Order: sequence, then structure tokens, then C-alpha cells
Amino acid sequence: MPTLKIRLRSALVAGTALLALTGAANADEQHFPLQSYRVGPYAAGGTGFFGGFIDYLNLINTRDGGVNGVKLTWSEGETQYEVERGVEVYERLKSRPGIAAWNPLSVGIAYAMIDRITKDKVPLITINHGRTDSTDGRVFPYVFPLLLNPYSETSGIVEYLASREGGLEKLKGKTIAVLFHGSPYGKETIPIYELLAKKYGFKVEQIEVPHPGNEQQSQWLTIRRLKPDYVVLRGWGVMNPVALKTAQKTGFPANRIVGNVWSNSEEDVIPAGEAAKGYVAITTQASGAEYPVLQEVTKTVYGAGTGNLADRKRIGSVYHNLGIVNGILNVEAVRAAQEKFGKRTLTGDEVRWGFEHLRLDEARVAALGAKGLFHSINVTCANHEGEGRVTFQQWDGAKWSVVSDWIAPDWATLRPIIEASSATYAKEHGLTPRDCAKEEAASQAPAVGQ
Amino acid sequence: MAATSAPLAKTVLRPSANAVGIALLLVLAYGIVPLVGTSYLYEAILTPFLALSLAALGLNLLTGYAGQLSLGSSAFMALGAYAAFNLSLRLPFLPLPVTIVLAGLVAATAGLAAGLPALRLRGFYLAVSTLAVQFFVGWVLNRFAWISNDSPSGVISAPPLVIAGLSFEDARGRYLFSLTVVALLTFLAWRLVTSPTGRSFVAVRDNETAARVIGVKVARTKLLAFALSSFVVGVAGVLWAFAYLRTVEPAGFNLDRSFQILFIVIIGGLGTLRGAFLGAGLIVVLPLLLSRFGAAVLGDGFDSGTLEMCQRIALGTLIVAFLIREPAGLAALLDRAVRCLRRAD
Repeated sequence: MPTLKIRLRSALVAGTALLALTGAANADEQHFPLQSYRVGPYAAGGTGFFGGFIDYLNLINTRDGGVNGVKLTWSEGETQYEVERGVEVYERLKSRPGIAAWNPLSVGIAYAMIDRITKDKVPLITINHGRTDSTDGRVFPYVFPLLLNPYSETSGIVEYLASREGGLEKLKGKTIAVLFHGSPYGKETIPIYELLAKKYGFKVEQIEVPHPGNEQQSQWLTIRRLKPDYVVLRGWGVMNPVALKTAQKTGFPANRIVGNVWSNSEEDVIPAGEAAKGYVAITTQASGAEYPVLQEVTKTVYGAGTGNLADRKRIGSVYHNLGIVNGILNVEAVRAAQEKFGKRTLTGDEVRWGFEHLRLDEARVAALGAKGLFHSINVTCANHEGEGRVTFQQWDGAKWSVVSDWIAPDWATLRPIIEASSATYAKEHGLTPRDCAKEEAASQAPAVGQ
Repeated sequence: MAATSAPLAKTVLRPSANAVGIALLLVLAYGIVPLVGTSYLYEAILTPFLALSLAALGLNLLTGYAGQLSLGSSAFMALGAYAAFNLSLRLPFLPLPVTIVLAGLVAATAGLAAGLPALRLRGFYLAVSTLAVQFFVGWVLNRFAWISNDSPSGVISAPPLVIAGLSFEDARGRYLFSLTVVALLTFLAWRLVTSPTGRSFVAVRDNETAARVIGVKVARTKLLAFALSSFVVGVAGVLWAFAYLRTVEPAGFNLDRSFQILFIVIIGGLGTLRGAFLGAGLIVVLPLLLSRFGAAVLGDGFDSGTLEMCQRIALGTLIVAFLIREPAGLAALLDRAVRCLRRAD
């Protein structure tokens, strides 16, 4: 009897093991490790962005059964926006099978990961932020500052101000004050404003607000003395609502203040109350839940009770929509790579190829249900930003509404500066830039073994 | 007679017991860990643990031994890191160990300057003046672009760790590199605190007037404590930047980090060398273990924010419990445990 029992048991164990094995072999999965921050001072941005990203992955899984049958999975590690926690989560999650890409939404964490992901050959997505010169994919093969980098943001804002004045030539003689956060992030665009001021003949005054920026009386007195035509707010965190409130106190109209991409969320304007009415800010993705893809997220994901946001009212908010757009870009990159490498779990390097061939024109964006949510993207081997367009939205006290067309930044002017900077990096690190034309030709040839 | 011979026997026995413990630790750290460890263990746990232990060791020389409270530790870490970056960038022919020592000296010089108020101020007033150093260094790093080699975002990336053609670039190499630096400096710190200089540190801490009466040069001792402590903290900054993160931004060395190092020292045990390591274990490693444990038990599906909050509560409770059981820190707790074991023999 005991022998039978043992035999039965071993048969059972073997069977389960076999089942587990075949199960693992059958289910193709693509994994997204998330260095999220749902705790700490930046939790509002973190919950919105990672919530939107997860919601979109969820939508693809429930509605389409994954990307061509490949399920999307994810795992989260809390970083509190701290660099060393981000590194810890990277080291913890990097051994998961089938990692598609990393999306930290933190400049500090992204910087600390550049060496690591390049060695591990996995893409690092820094949508709307990150290292400007990583736009040059020849030097940074695995880093993708999708849609917008700080330089194009600066150019986009200037183009918008020109459109309000009635053309770039009308900027001549105007004065623009830039109120920037006293940090490396805040200072990054100083030379670009100087450059564009010289090019278009406007006067620029750049005024620093020391971190965290909860006292700005003297800066706004300077602005009052300067009487600028516009104030650009390159802010961060509490600095933004304080700027708007102080502007109101000094009598500067909110509709002449234009916020950058880190000053454009609900969290930046709601604390300022009435003072924020009329304030304009740049964005790569419109806010609001009326776009078809958001309707589907609301219906399919939140309807089934699997939505990631704790507060349903935040569906369609700036950070949530950024997460949704980030989801679309990641999923479409995986789809592009599958076209070439087969409908299976891809390696990080194959997904990198997908990102470098991420071409979503307006028709494709509309087909994805995102018409009006974002414009288009065209990433190449050399251009990892992908010519994202920007738009401007105005706060009416309750919601953002779009007040401009989709504006194309002046990439041609910025590219030489970016290439100079990436060349310095390549020299510091002893790298030889890739030959994109050659790689493209090689990748057009039919892949062996497909 | 028996009463006097017992402590004598103990003092003869103790160093050897300590030596055996340290030897075992070194065998474990050099012999066993590099064979069985994973890249996660090296990169995410051991390297930051070693760097912050060293920083805490440095602060302990100042606060624990010499009794001067400082809230500027992370500023000295930043100085060490940025000095090493600039030295390796501008004087690339210098071997890495020389660069590290010079970076430590830069931090020590700044420490000397920061120590000047200590000649007039004590206790909390001194803490406030070191707080000024913390903010001043942050401002300087942000203000002068050449310090970060005119990088537009102010973030620098560390050069490769290579000594005499030997590369320490992989995870294990970084760990061994940090371990060697920490072991070396810990040994020197041990020599220091057992030397007459170390004893004059303690004398100044316990009673300045009495110290002066027995012939300790109080001003010189205080400044020396600041300089030596800043040297060690500066080298810890180099490890943090070069071996661990491989990138540095000024914001990474903020007041929170200074507090973290101070708490490591207080919880680990003021005025003990092993306290720095025990405290770093509690503050750096335990939260990670808790977070791994929480993720393993509750799975990926559990909201990571809530999990984080639970860990904070658990860690806070543990710290309160430890300090109630043993206000002199983990080092004293360890001593008591060892004594209990001895008695049981």
C-alpha cells in the first residue's frame, strides 16, 4: 500500500510539474516592471501616471487578450521618487522574464539606470522628461525621451507665445520672464531661452526660485518692475500654486503665465484656487475623458472594477492621460517589434527595435481611439524623441481645455546642440556612435530563422 | 581577589573574542559572500549598506566619540563625490586610490572650516551651524556649473572603477571595492579611537573643562575630529556615487540623508565602531527585507503604496522598541546578548 501511495504522489507531483512547465511555455507574456511612487511628496503624479499606464495594459489584456495573444504583465516596486529606491527596485525586478521596457517617470532614477539598462539591453522610456541628449539614439541606443525633451518644450512654448502675438516676427522687442526652479532641472533650459531670444529678438529675464519655492515675494516684485509680456513658469511641486497666488497678489494676469510640462497638472492649479483661473500650460496629451480610448478604459476596466485609480474622478486628469499615452506608446512598440520578430515574448533588445520603428501617424492614432489625445509620433534610430507635437491648455477653475493647435517645436535649431552634448557624452564614456543607415539596411534584410 | 581578577580576565579575553568575530566577518565578507551572492545582493543591499555604514562611522567619530553634533554629513558626502568626479575628470592620470584620498582631503578641509563654530558653540547651536554647511554646499553645487562639468541637468555620471588595469565594474567588483575601502578605513578608525588622540576625543565629549585641566588641547581636538570625520564621510560619498549609484545629483545629498546618517549612529550606538554597521543594517537593509517580505507574502497584486506605509509603521515600531529596550543603541544590545551567552557557558 505505501508504495502505491508514494507512486501516486510522485505521479501527481510529476503531473503538476509538467503542467506548470507547459503552462509557462504556452503563455507568452511581456513584462513591464514599474518603479512607481504612490507614497511621498510626488504621490499625486505617481498614482496618476502609473494608474493610467496599468489601466491601458489592463484594457489591452481584457479587450484584445494581449498584444497578438501575448499577455501584458507588470509588477510594482515603491520608490517614493528616491533614486536609491529606484535602483533597488531595478535590481530586484530585472530578473523577471520577458521585460519589455522600464518607465520610471523620474529624472534621477532614469539617470542612475542609463548604464545599467545599456548593459542589460532593455529600453528605458522617459516620456516628456529625461536627459535631453538621449534624443540622439546613435549614442544612447536604449534611452527614449518620447514625445518631448526639455529643449523642444522650450521651443514649443516660444512658438506658442509667437502664435498668440501673431507670428514669430512679432516677438521682436517683447519681454519674457522665466521663473525657474532652483535645481538642475530648472536650470537646464537657461541656454535655450537665451538662444531663442537672440534668434527671434525678444528679451528674456530668467529668475530663480530656490527650492521648494513657497516664498516668491521678491521674485514677483522683480517681475512687476520688469513688466514682462509673458511669464513662463518652469516650476515643480509647491512652487507652482505659490507662483500663481503671488502673481495674483502682485497683479500679474494668470492668462499671461504659461506653465511648462511639470507645471501643468490639476495638482499644480487646484491649490491656487481662484488665482489659477486663466493659467495656460503646455502638454503633449490633452486632458479629459471624452476620447474613445478613455471611454473604453472607463467602461471595460473600471466597469469590471479593476481600475487602478482609487478615485474615479481622476480618470482623464493630466497624469492619468500621460499614463494612458505612455501605455499606447509602449504597447505599439511591442506590436511593431512583433511584426518583425514574431508574435511571441520578445527580448528587451527586440523591443528596442520596436521603439525605433514606432511610427504612429494621425490616422493610426485615431484608430487607437486617441485622436485629439495626442498628435503623432515618429521615432527613428537617430531620433529617440519622435517629433512629438505639443498643445496648450487653459485652466478655467474646474478643468483644463485646449486653447491651441498642435504645435511643432523647432527641432532643426535644437538638433546641433543635442548632438554636441551627446558627442561629449560619447567621448567621456569612450563610445562610438552607431551608424543608423547601416543598421537600418541590415534590419531590412530578411531575418534568419524566422 | 576573585572580584578583581574576573574583570581582568575579561579584558584579556575580550579583544581576542572580538578579533575572532572580526576575522569570521571578514572571511564571510571576502570568502563566502562573493561566491554565493547575487547581483541583487551586491548592488541593492551590500554596496549601499557599506557606503552608509562608512558615512555613519565617520559621523560617529565626530558625534559619538568627540561629542560634536553635526547635521551636515550629506554635504560632506557630496563634497567627496563631486571632488572625486572633478579630480578624475581633470587629472585623469591619477590612480583611483589617490583620487579617493584627495577627495577625502577636500571634504576634510571643508570639515575643518565647518568645525570652526564648534570652538564657540555647543549642542543644538552647533547643530544649527552645521545645518548651514548642508545648505551652503547644496547651493554651491547648484550654482557653479563647472562642478558638474557644465552638464545641462547638473547630473554627473561616474567614471569606471579601474585600479592599475584591474576593473571593478561588475556587481561583485563594486562590492569588493567598497568592502576593501570600508575595511581599511574602519581599521584606521579603530586605531584612532584606541590612540591618545581618540581618548582626548572622549575626554572633550565627557567634560571639556576637565579635559582642558588634564592637558587636552580642546580647540585642536575638536577641529581634528571635524577634519577626520569629514574625511571618512567624504570617502563614503565617493563610494555612494562611484560604486553604488554611478550618477550623482546635488538633490541626492539633501538634509534627509544627513538625518538618516545621524539616526544610523544614534540607533546603532554612539561612540562605538560596530554601532555604525548595526545601525546601517537596521535603517538601510531592514526596510528592503521588509519590502521583499511584504511583496512575497502579499504578491504583486497588493497596492504597493499601502505596502510601503505598512513597512514604515513596522520599522518605526521596531526602532521605538529597540530604543526602549536599549537607549544606548544596537551595539549595547549586542554586548548584552554576548554577555548573556557568556554567562550561559
